[in-house]
Amino acid sequence: MVNLTTKIATLNLMNPTILASGIMDEDAGSMERVYNCGAGAVVTKSIGLEPKKGYPNPTVVELENGILNAMGLPNPGINQYGNEIKVLKTLKIPVIGSIFGLNSKEFVEIANKMENYGANAIELNMSCPHAEGYGLEIGSDSKLVEEITLKVKESTKIPVFIKLSSNLPSVTEIAKSAENGGADGIVAINTVKAMKIDLELKIPVLSNKIGGYSGKAIKPIGIRCVYEISKSVDIPVIGVGGITTGEDALEYIMAGASAVQIGSAIYYRGIDVFKDICKEMETWMKEQGYCDISKLIGVAHE
Amino acid sequence: MNYPKITKIKDIKKENSNVKTLFFDFPKKTHPGQFFMIWVPTIDEIPMSISYIENDVKGITFKRVGDSTNFLFELKVGDKLGIRGPYGNGFKIKGKKVLFVGGGTGIATLTPTVENAINKKILATVVLGAKNKSELFFEDRLNNYGVDLQISTDDGSKGFKGFTTDLAKELIVKEKFDSIITCGPEIMMKKLFDISKDISFQASLERYMKCGIGICGQCCVGKGLRVCEEGPVFDRKTLKNIEDFGIFKRDASGRKIKF
Repeated sequence: MVNLTTKIATLNLMNPTILASGIMDEDAGSMERVYNCGAGAVVTKSIGLEPKKGYPNPTVVELENGILNAMGLPNPGINQYGNEIKVLKTLKIPVIGSIFGLNSKEFVEIANKMENYGANAIELNMSCPHAEGYGLEIGSDSKLVEEITLKVKESTKIPVFIKLSSNLPSVTEIAKSAENGGADGIVAINTVKAMKIDLELKIPVLSNKIGGYSGKAIKPIGIRCVYEISKSVDIPVIGVGGITTGEDALEYIMAGASAVQIGSAIYYRGIDVFKDICKEMETWMKEQGYCDISKLIGVAHE
Repeated sequence: MNYPKITKIKDIKKENSNVKTLFFDFPKKTHPGQFFMIWVPTIDEIPMSISYIENDVKGITFKRVGDSTNFLFELKVGDKLGIRGPYGNGFKIKGKKVLFVGGGTGIATLTPTVENAINKKILATVVLGAKNKSELFFEDRLNNYGVDLQISTDDGSKGFKGFTTDLAKELIVKEKFDSIITCGPEIMMKKLFDISKDISFQASLERYMKCGIGICGQCCVGKGLRVCEEGPVFDRKTLKNIEDFGIFKRDASGRKIKF
């Protein structure tokens, strides 16, 4: 038997695949479906203090080797979204609440509410590449990253993960700031800042012009970031970016990830992709004579 | 690849004072009840049902109600739109005698399926409902197919006076239909769902959409059913388990909005 159970901070997951933020996480029903399709845990979409409608369409477009999006952090606000968290809690589905804010005060307020509604952990979105004043604009300032992490950690009891961008001169510097602030884990990477221009119309396709690229094309970027980050910090790393197969997940784990997040692969392989990836990991491990996934974490560093 | 294909408008037909059809070349096969994501450059990208399927030429029919449709309404032959799709499942015709109920612009979604039914020699009764006479469209088109056309208007300015559901109820009591296919305001479809009890039933739902390709989750109903992917057409068995049906939808931010 192959053991895929995964522990990150206080979270015990039946397998290392986690639904990434922003995909199929509009409500409890969607996340319940993803969980039933084999995900070990789910991350909510990024939630702010007040309702936010996001950018007009086009917000998503498929490109040759991935998907480009700029949603603009649409969300109903923490007070209304809290009901979805409550439902997941009663179903005992491990849920990581993704949140975004303008400053530490906002992050703390939303984190407290997430915790009270029943989230098992919190993911601070410090990496959205296309929202003015939020995400990457905060996540590229190491002092702010440390301060916000510290303040959120001081006011909550559940694990706090920091989701980072690859669009940084040094991912390790920012990861270290998060660790100094007391983060329980690093999530890397968010979508990669990108653009698509339509030749016929001669304008960017996305209404926000700039978006974030996900899918197969960004996997090597994610692998590099996870490798660098896991080498420089002592807290767990959750790998995300272009994971479509069990082999992709194993590559992230070898780079140093304790768990992985999956998003765009739902488009390429359907919602059952969580089960499929777990099966593929099991098959590979059996063939190679591994019985415990934890034994593979960071082996590429040895 | 799910990338908008920039296409020139080939022809435009005015269906009534506020409703128009835009035609364009779109050789890919489409199934009645499916929809396109229509990119109205610099304005928005919106889901629109396919209202005409004429070999390589397809059409979309819309009423001017907001920024995008007002913009579309003013376009001329030769102007460009981005089109991707077709998306969704479409209707399945079941039985030998079918009742179609179209409320408002819902008839645009239904008509290609009516056409399909007629081609398959299926008996089709169509309830065409609107607030008043001036809002009706596709009357001639449906008459030309030779369907049993039943018009209802809320104010009685043409045909039956009252709601489409009242007329549909009379028909269901009077005649035996093998199945019901509907598109229109969700309150109307929910009422029809309730009064038609155990007759085979399919309804096309409308939700705010963003990606159209089953990933963003914006259009999910019930337990994670994506209107863009598993829908927009749902049958009775599925609708029974969608607690949102006829109760609420979500706006762009994801807030629940009651019907």
